[in-house]
Amino acid sequence: MANVAYQLGSSAFAANSVHSAPHAHPSWSPYDNNGGTCVAVAGNDYCIVASSTRLSTGFSILSRDVSMVLKLSDKLMILSPGFQADANTLHKVLQQRYIRYQFDHGRPLSVSACAQLLGNTLYYKRFFPYYTFNICAGLDEEGKGAVYSYDAIGSHERSGYAVQGSGKDLIQPVLDNQLKAASPLVLPPENWMSSLPLDQAVDLVRDAFVSAGERDIYTGDAVEIYIMTKEGTKREVLELKKD
Amino acid sequence: MTQGGFAFDLCGRNTYLERRGITPPRFTKTGTTIAGLIFKDGVVLGADTRSTSDTTVADKNCEKIHYIAPNIYCCGAGTAADTENVTGMISSTLELHRYATGRGSRVITALTLLKTHLFKYQGHVSAALVLGGVDFNGPHLFTVYPHGSTDSLPYCTMGSGSLNAMAVFEDGYKEDLTKEEGMDLVTRAIRSGIFNDLGSGSNVDLCIITKDGVEYLRNHQRLQDKTYERKFPVKYTPGTAPVVREKVFKLGVDVAVIEGEPEEAMDTT
Repeated sequence: MANVAYQLGSSAFAANSVHSAPHAHPSWSPYDNNGGTCVAVAGNDYCIVASSTRLSTGFSILSRDVSMVLKLSDKLMILSPGFQADANTLHKVLQQRYIRYQFDHGRPLSVSACAQLLGNTLYYKRFFPYYTFNICAGLDEEGKGAVYSYDAIGSHERSGYAVQGSGKDLIQPVLDNQLKAASPLVLPPENWMSSLPLDQAVDLVRDAFVSAGERDIYTGDAVEIYIMTKEGTKREVLELKKD
Repeated sequence: MTQGGFAFDLCGRNTYLERRGITPPRFTKTGTTIAGLIFKDGVVLGADTRSTSDTTVADKNCEKIHYIAPNIYCCGAGTAADTENVTGMISSTLELHRYATGRGSRVITALTLLKTHLFKYQGHVSAALVLGGVDFNGPHLFTVYPHGSTDSLPYCTMGSGSLNAMAVFEDGYKEDLTKEEGMDLVTRAIRSGIFNDLGSGSNVDLCIITKDGVEYLRNHQRLQDKTYERKFPVKYTPGTAPVVREKVFKLGVDVAVIEGEPEEAMDTT
């Protein structure tokens, strides 16, 4: 036993020990994960946006009725699950930039411009990111649904639908299956827009949240659903399980 | 391998792997609310029915009130495998003990067996228990911590929802509750854990032990169902998964399957 190259002992203790780590880690983190799930689905003449309303930390519920949605206009919204403090700050910044853009340019902010603006805002904090996983969704200049999804530091892509947040692992494969996602490897690139009629797409989104609420402890209480069409925006709330 | 107990021979390798940045597998924890109280003529035990693995629900309706003896039951929180095995071991030991002595088991015996076992393993067997029963000396209620320390209390809670449940007990407990009052208080305590603690959820299980017997009320309260059913259910048409190749093998023996009622009833006398 004299030549054992590694040490026996409690690994948990070794990992926390300041002396054994090459760089001591701070015990406090500026970040938290408040959970919650967001979904957006783009159709030919609609865009659906949905977000759960539970705010949690660890094993506790902080609130059962908190919105993760920044509603910039009737056809432009940003969803930000992740760390709520960062999401609020980001929303404040984007709200100001949205107003400012319209003053400077004399026209409303398009979804594509907003998507780029959000990307730039996130990348601006590349080395101290906003801990949020955004979706930018709305109706584009042609009235078609548009959905962009992001990582925490601004990498983004337009797609036919998007899922972010704690229930992502549960919902994403269901939408991939139901919305007939074309493989990104297929050439020529296939149309990624959902061909489902609006009522069926809403049905799918509702079911996705109810099912995610069964298995993800951070998804529950309620889900707010916005339906954007050329007639305007409708908001509805579906109650989820409270446990 | 003649000594029995756990094998620790991979611990050295595992610490080495962990230091090389390999994360060990996660165990199923019953992030739990369990509780118990002593009422006028017995003990009420209660538990929720959610078991979690990290942040996903592993089992929506698991059993956390374990059988120890005909007059003793035990609620378990912590690592699911540990609570199930440790209660199972103590249950077998007591069964043999009853055969040897010809007397009913006492709660204090179960308690001593549990705490010596848990202390021996220095908290690595992560079972946090609420042990309750009625024996020769009357009703008893104990909590057992993973390191082997124990408490004897008139009302107690354990698990991630223990604070939520204890809040209800501290508000509502008094001595000499009736059976109905005791059941109601435990149910409310567990419900508080179910709704306010993310590690707890689904239904309430109860177990009432008196000198006259045991009432095990599985899913005493079923709290919530799904809030929405699909209006356009998914249907997969035949051929969704195409048959590429088909081959039929002939078995060595011919087996004739005749559908419908048998001609003559089988003789089962």
